[in-house]
Amino acid sequence: MAVQTASGQAQCPECFADVTLNKVMQNEITQCPGCGAELEITALEPLTLALAPQEEEDWGE
Amino acid sequence: MVSVSIIGASGYTGGELLRLALAHPHLEVKQVTSERLDGQFVHFTHPNLRKRTQLKFVRSEAIEKCDLLFLGLPHGSAMGRIDQLATLADRIVDLSADFRLRDASGYDTWYGKPHSNAAWLGKFVYGLPELHRAALKSAKYVSGVGCNATATTLAIWPLAAAGLIDAARGIICEVKVGSSEGGAASADSTHHPERAGVMRSFAPTGHRHTAEVLQALKLKNVVTDVHLSATAVDNVRGVLATAHVFVTPGTQEKDVWKAFREAYNNEPFVRIVKEKAGLYRYPEPKILSGSNYADVGFEFDPKTNRVVCLCAIDNLMKGAAGTALQCANVMMGWDETLGLEFPGLHPI
Repeated sequence: MAVQTASGQAQCPECFADVTLNKVMQNEITQCPGCGAELEITALEPLTLALAPQEEEDWGE
Repeated sequence: MVSVSIIGASGYTGGELLRLALAHPHLEVKQVTSERLDGQFVHFTHPNLRKRTQLKFVRSEAIEKCDLLFLGLPHGSAMGRIDQLATLADRIVDLSADFRLRDASGYDTWYGKPHSNAAWLGKFVYGLPELHRAALKSAKYVSGVGCNATATTLAIWPLAAAGLIDAARGIICEVKVGSSEGGAASADSTHHPERAGVMRSFAPTGHRHTAEVLQALKLKNVVTDVHLSATAVDNVRGVLATAHVFVTPGTQEKDVWKAFREAYNNEPFVRIVKEKAGLYRYPEPKILSGSNYADVGFEFDPKTNRVVCLCAIDNLMKGAAGTALQCANVMMGWDETLGLEFPGLHPI
């Protein structure tokens, strides 16, 4: 059975940029080209992005 | 080729301008002046230009007509000589503060003495392309920009342009600046044992560049108090402006992003830096040394409606010589980025 994929645009929930997605799968992790946030594809129809859990960093401050 | 001369080329901004002009594909540097260094090769003063030019400094009285004239004179000098200087070239870019303000009374307020040739103020266009590109295209006379004013203005401009600023609350901005802002002349306080390692508040209030920021805000009918403080830090180049701007109730982070993108997405030298990944997640002057980029960013505090707007530049480039050449490119109808392609160094 073929894995379902989707292509199109979705909005980054961090910086609200339009992110172009090409043949992505559900739960795949991608990165916003604008702000660098790691994003999870949470739905294919419509294409929906959510922030993926990221390790917090305080940069030593 | 367009012939260009620089009056007052022994200082840091003059030297930086000479570096840029020598590498520019459409410019031919004709003469550079220094009264003090008359007859000396420029590469002894600007050693990075060894093997790039055999030019010698000449006195300003020896300057000949050229197509484009840059003025790198101390503040207060060009205003008294502009009638004579204007006979030397059809187009002039003055890097000093002498023609930055449109309102002559600003010189009394911020520079402590009246402008001696106020009739010329209206002939100059303020040389920040991000705000005045259309006027620069037909300008013959362009003023330079203040480095701290540039960093502050570019940091807050998107919010002003989008009408998001709560003017009743004022704007507070701290600029951290490198030592080259002080110019090439030394003083007791800039002696290395005194200057090294400092975090020196040198203008907690009353910084002259505030006038340029207020003038820029008026373009969008924003009339508010701007509280600018300047601190010298232990870098040679660089400015980091951290501006605290209060926005109108109901503003959301999405609106701030939109404002920044609308202001800068099409600007060749302004980059929005607000990242969740990478080594430098907010604007950082260090990686801009020698480049004409201004990196801007922000963080929004919805609890207080405060937006912390950031802008990093190289004070000698985007804050002076780089923007001056960018303006010249616009004036001449050339690609705005000519001669300014250097992206900076990493690591540095």
